[in-house]
Amino acid sequence: MPSALPDGEPVPADGALPASALAGAADRPLGFYLHVPYCATRCGYCDFNTYTATELRGTGGVLASRDNYADTLVDEVRLARKVLGDDPREVRTVFVGGGTPTLLAAGDLVRMLGAIRDEFGLAPDAEITTEANPESVDPAYLATLREGGFNRISFGMQSAKQHVLKILDRTHTPGRPEACVAEARGAGFDHVNLDLIYGTPGESDDDWRASLDAALGAGPDHVSAYALIVEEGTQLARRIRRGEVPMTDDDVHADRYLIAEETLAAAGYDWYEVSNWATSEAGRCLHNELYWRGADWWGAGPGAHSHVGGVRWWNVKHPGAYAGALAAGKSPGAGREILTDEDRRVERILLELRLREGVSLSLLREAGLAASRRAVSEGLLEDGPYGEGRAVLTLRGRLLADAVVRDLVD
Amino acid sequence: MPAIPSHVPEPSRTDPALIRNFCIIAHIDHGKSTLADRMLQLTGVVEQRQMRAQYLDRMDIERERGITIKSQAVRLPWAPSHDKDATHILNMIDTPGHVDFTYEVSRSLAACEGTILLVDAAQGIEAQTLANLYLAMENDLTIIPVLNKIDLPAAQPEKFAEELANLVGCDPDDVLKVSAKTGLGVDALLDKVVAEIPAPVGVKDAPARAMIFDSVYDSYRGVVTYVRVIDGQLNKRERIRMMSTGATHELLEIGTNSPEMLAADGLGVGEVGYLITGVKDVRQSKVGDTVTSQHKGAEEALGGYKDPRPMVFSGLYPLDGSDYPLLREALDKLQLNDAALVYEPETSAALGFGFRVGFLGLLHLDVIRERLEREFNLDLIATAPNVVYRVIMEDGTEHTVTNPSEFPEGKIDEVYEPVVRATILAPTEFIGSIMELCQTRRGTLLGMDYLSEDRVEIRYTLPLAEIVFDFFDQLKSKTRGYASLDYEPTGEQTSSLVKVDILLHGDKVDAFSAITHKDQAYAYGVRLVAKLKELIPRQAFEVPVQAAIGSRVIARETIRAIRKDVLAKCYGGDISRKRKLLEKQKEGKKRMKMVGSVEVPQEAFIAVLSSDDSAGSGKGKK
Repeated sequence: MPSALPDGEPVPADGALPASALAGAADRPLGFYLHVPYCATRCGYCDFNTYTATELRGTGGVLASRDNYADTLVDEVRLARKVLGDDPREVRTVFVGGGTPTLLAAGDLVRMLGAIRDEFGLAPDAEITTEANPESVDPAYLATLREGGFNRISFGMQSAKQHVLKILDRTHTPGRPEACVAEARGAGFDHVNLDLIYGTPGESDDDWRASLDAALGAGPDHVSAYALIVEEGTQLARRIRRGEVPMTDDDVHADRYLIAEETLAAAGYDWYEVSNWATSEAGRCLHNELYWRGADWWGAGPGAHSHVGGVRWWNVKHPGAYAGALAAGKSPGAGREILTDEDRRVERILLELRLREGVSLSLLREAGLAASRRAVSEGLLEDGPYGEGRAVLTLRGRLLADAVVRDLVD
Repeated sequence: MPAIPSHVPEPSRTDPALIRNFCIIAHIDHGKSTLADRMLQLTGVVEQRQMRAQYLDRMDIERERGITIKSQAVRLPWAPSHDKDATHILNMIDTPGHVDFTYEVSRSLAACEGTILLVDAAQGIEAQTLANLYLAMENDLTIIPVLNKIDLPAAQPEKFAEELANLVGCDPDDVLKVSAKTGLGVDALLDKVVAEIPAPVGVKDAPARAMIFDSVYDSYRGVVTYVRVIDGQLNKRERIRMMSTGATHELLEIGTNSPEMLAADGLGVGEVGYLITGVKDVRQSKVGDTVTSQHKGAEEALGGYKDPRPMVFSGLYPLDGSDYPLLREALDKLQLNDAALVYEPETSAALGFGFRVGFLGLLHLDVIRERLEREFNLDLIATAPNVVYRVIMEDGTEHTVTNPSEFPEGKIDEVYEPVVRATILAPTEFIGSIMELCQTRRGTLLGMDYLSEDRVEIRYTLPLAEIVFDFFDQLKSKTRGYASLDYEPTGEQTSSLVKVDILLHGDKVDAFSAITHKDQAYAYGVRLVAKLKELIPRQAFEVPVQAAIGSRVIARETIRAIRKDVLAKCYGGDISRKRKLLEKQKEGKKRMKMVGSVEVPQEAFIAVLSSDDSAGSGKGKK
């Protein structure tokens, strides 16, 4: 989650939603995202909303510390219960992200999950994920999570190469993430993901192949592979600007993506979103699919984004301000936007086109349809599904997805 | 603060023997406007507290850029120090100071009997001034050489007095030394105007003949026409006739400027003033035309009238296509005040709807463009300026080409291009580099004269097309800013000219077509193609960029297809940002011009066109 917040209208002090947001809610799955804004160190490429200090003082002198963070977050889960009123939905997915969630005690994560279970109830087949840093977990920690209800875990591996990890400021030793996969399996986790980053300055094609091979050797059922985005304001952006490290060319990113697709497909991993591959339907991340398919989710924690029935809102960024709002019994929402029908149409196109199932042509207007026909003839959209009324990206189209979206929303 | 002299003669009743009509010839920045300011103060027509710098320059652009585009005339009463009782009338006629307006200058000079040649004592005479000096000499004007800014530490009055004396043919001691800034010597200068410049001579009882030397549109009063009466008298409320067109108008008002407009009963022999007839368009009141009375008017017009002829053309296109009607309206308005401005609608496949606009020269182009952007809030793309070509086909048909993309295909017999006689003044140390520049620009040396030991006048015949193509910028940079340039059209010549087209993905981009000498075509093609490769973003497909003469490709680059345009991460917190980014990108896409199937950012057009556009004109401030 990038740290810069969008512009929007203010959120009411009690966090109340317009009636339109809750209409027809029963038909949409509901998920929870829990943000943990703490890291042991700041990585040079990261522009997420995270802090390395363990204690942050907010407005009104409220102390936001790592130790009482879970309690604060539980307060927001209770606020969510009030705002959603008599919404009868059980929660289908919970995803704890950060930051580094595993900097908190495993019991804290379990307690946060417990609050959701208490207030909303968890669906029997609920997917409960946490992100984890390879260096901050051990078998005991993992066992506590598993016993507490977590059934999916995602490790930030990024690369198997020391020199690449160094550019990224990642502190774990090569090999540790792969070991984590085994430990997680041992603890009884059904689903394990490894996150990889390609296109880091200094990385070669072979480095990237080695990272993919190492990840696959560990046998996760899910792999996410992201092109490194150099965000303005990060340490890495400054180093590139000063000429200390080279900028990676877009063509190199394209080559690496093709290597990833080739390697992962050969090992039995199918893409289901532009940057995500899984060994089976069951291995897909259901929580992320909620984002991509316009479902409802409540994002709790500083800077977290939420979406319920066409209303998007986001919390204040700073953990101190966040804790202060909740301590005063107020919504920590910083701003929100109520989507128009056109906004929702555009969002559906830009999100669903990234999926293997693609987007229904019925969402397109005349100009968009014309553009989609051109995209088919240029080899950016698959022929077969197009005949069945769906725009599905080809491999080349996946690399040019944003360009295709720009034409399709016309 | 001197008092206004007593017994000031009134307009229409002024004895010609007491009138002195003069102008000031000066290079930009040599202090003409400041000198005029001092004269206004010294003669008492502008009170101290109303004084503002460059009082007579009306347009913002004039004041800012320090150039005078439109001239004016001011009636100044002056009693010379040797005869305090004889109040004379000094008509100071302001002249435009740029090469583009040579014709207007010549008409202003024709309205005078004498001129002050004003030269910066730290810099010496410049080419433009020299050209106007020659023009004044041809008109038999009495020249009063004056060195200004003698208060400057860098002033070299002896050296430049020598130079002026050589040019004018006088004794160096006769060169007046003044400081327009402090006022030093300005009263002596006014005395000298009275003493040396001849009084106007005309036939009092003849039919009225007055020469128009300027014509200005005023949104409240309509067209204000400035005239110098040669013979007879014009009276208020009579009907007048413009001799070039035969059109008649009622004289709603006649008067003089002191410096504001002041109505009078009429204007007699030798007098200078203004006429208001209620016409709304300066083209009905043309500079150089003769005004006479409708009743018992003159039979024969005064000589020297010419229709303004545009020399340089450029396509002007609104950045936002929906501004096209606004651009038309703006040009219509500017034309009310600018008889030399001509334009026709044209359509460019690349730039949309716009106008092909003809100008007197590069400064004229620059001033018009700037006024369109500033006064009418228009964002414009201007194509590189070009000249007018005459193309004779083998079958004898003839085409006049004002837009390079309309250069005819097929068998061409001859192509004629306009040439100018250029005069360059510079320190002698730069002779080599100036000659080298002129040689590469297809120049022919006409001659060279030393103005003084270390300054030289070089004369060349050059194709006008070479001058509109960044010549002045090059000249300035090769001479560290010391050279000055003047040129006048002298006719046309046949040349080996070809049209170079630029093709994007196989489609011709009309806005980039250019006519060049065949020896320079290759260099032009290579340069433009390289620049476009740099400026056009990669597209979904490979785009060849080619330069071609006819069907022969002379340069080629390839813009590789873009391979990656996708954000890696798109999760819950990214969605709002991503949608907003998409909206922004859609806006950006609107500012793209489609050339065939290629999206070209407008910035690319501007960058390519403006770097070649020798806006040197404007920057030049010659």
